[in-house]
Amino acid sequence: MAQIEDSGDGGKKGPGVKKAKRQSTLVDMTPMVDLGFLLITFFIFSTTMSQPTTMSLIMPKDTEKEEEQSKVKASGAFTILMGKDDGVYFYEGEEASELQASDYKKIRDEIIRKKKSTDPKDFVVVIKPNDEANYRNMVAILDEMTINEVKKFALVNISPQENEILKTTEAANGIQ
Amino acid sequence: MSGRSRVTRKSTWVDMTAFVDVSFLILTFFILATKFKPDEPVEVQFPSSVSADEFPEMDAFLVTVDKDGRVFVQMDDPKARQTIAENLSETRSLSLTPQEIAAFTNAPSIGVPFSNFKSLLALTPEQRQAVHQPGIPVPDSTGGELYFWIRDAKSTYAGKKVNWLIKADNETKYPVIKNVLEAFKRNDINKFQLITKYQDAPVGTALWQTRQGGTK
Repeated sequence: MAQIEDSGDGGKKGPGVKKAKRQSTLVDMTPMVDLGFLLITFFIFSTTMSQPTTMSLIMPKDTEKEEEQSKVKASGAFTILMGKDDGVYFYEGEEASELQASDYKKIRDEIIRKKKSTDPKDFVVVIKPNDEANYRNMVAILDEMTINEVKKFALVNISPQENEILKTTEAANGIQ
Repeated sequence: MSGRSRVTRKSTWVDMTAFVDVSFLILTFFILATKFKPDEPVEVQFPSSVSADEFPEMDAFLVTVDKDGRVFVQMDDPKARQTIAENLSETRSLSLTPQEIAAFTNAPSIGVPFSNFKSLLALTPEQRQAVHQPGIPVPDSTGGELYFWIRDAKSTYAGKKVNWLIKADNETKYPVIKNVLEAFKRNDINKFQLITKYQDAPVGTALWQTRQGGTK
């Protein structure tokens, strides 16, 4: 691919007149391109692009659950239970028997509704996944807290009574 | 010149300069924008969230939980790994030899009970990749052996702000997560970072409005 150069025999002026030989400034870039693309290929294969989008979520933790809960007014409490097959259920106040089925899309409207109708001081969301729930469910609900800017929420272990009610509700909704 | 006509030969030369410019631009972009794939013990599909906090690089203690509930620990800093190996060797009376401690220093992730610890360290890094690690036992809310890992990690990083990271799979059952969290809580650690994939806040929500307001 080297350039075909005119080897300056074109203009012979005479024995005494020397023509200044023009040196070509062109360099064969082909190997450089090869090398460049080899490196690009290497970087594409050896690296990951998903890293910048990997983000972390800071989760506040409660140590003294009883104390935390006793501060909550029943009127402002919104409890979310999570069960198997991505099931999500909620109740307001203390009446776990009034459990209502929902899903991960509708629960947002319920949270917004409750947030609007409650004194911000009293509003607290209690999150109780049972043993059938998975990690995605947990993160999804924690994410809802961020999305809806719920200031107070707690991830709490489910009580046996609530678990029973949850199981009954699941059975009533046809989830085996 | 002398006026005689010459046969003009077409040059086959192609100017590669622009090509080189582009290829090196792309190369620079890839070098700067990407990171090397971390050495991962298991494939984990972590969930997405709207949280936009950055993934901390330094002083990180990562607990990975795969979809079957196997628990792995990873530490980024080889020096910290060395210290924790020495600590564990003492507190769990594993009586690790200097060679084993050196092997652990070069092992980014561990997912075996303490009883299998020595035999895992006896393997070469290549063998370690291939072997099926059963995971660190976290059987109940006492935190199992993970409790001791965290406790010794805590003393290893004493005085520093440690990033306690949890990476779990979408399909990981909640009880495993709960036990992992308990293991942290028993060590008086209440602030974790869950590794998630970033997604935008849904339009119209409170967070979306706040972020819109913030960028104006």
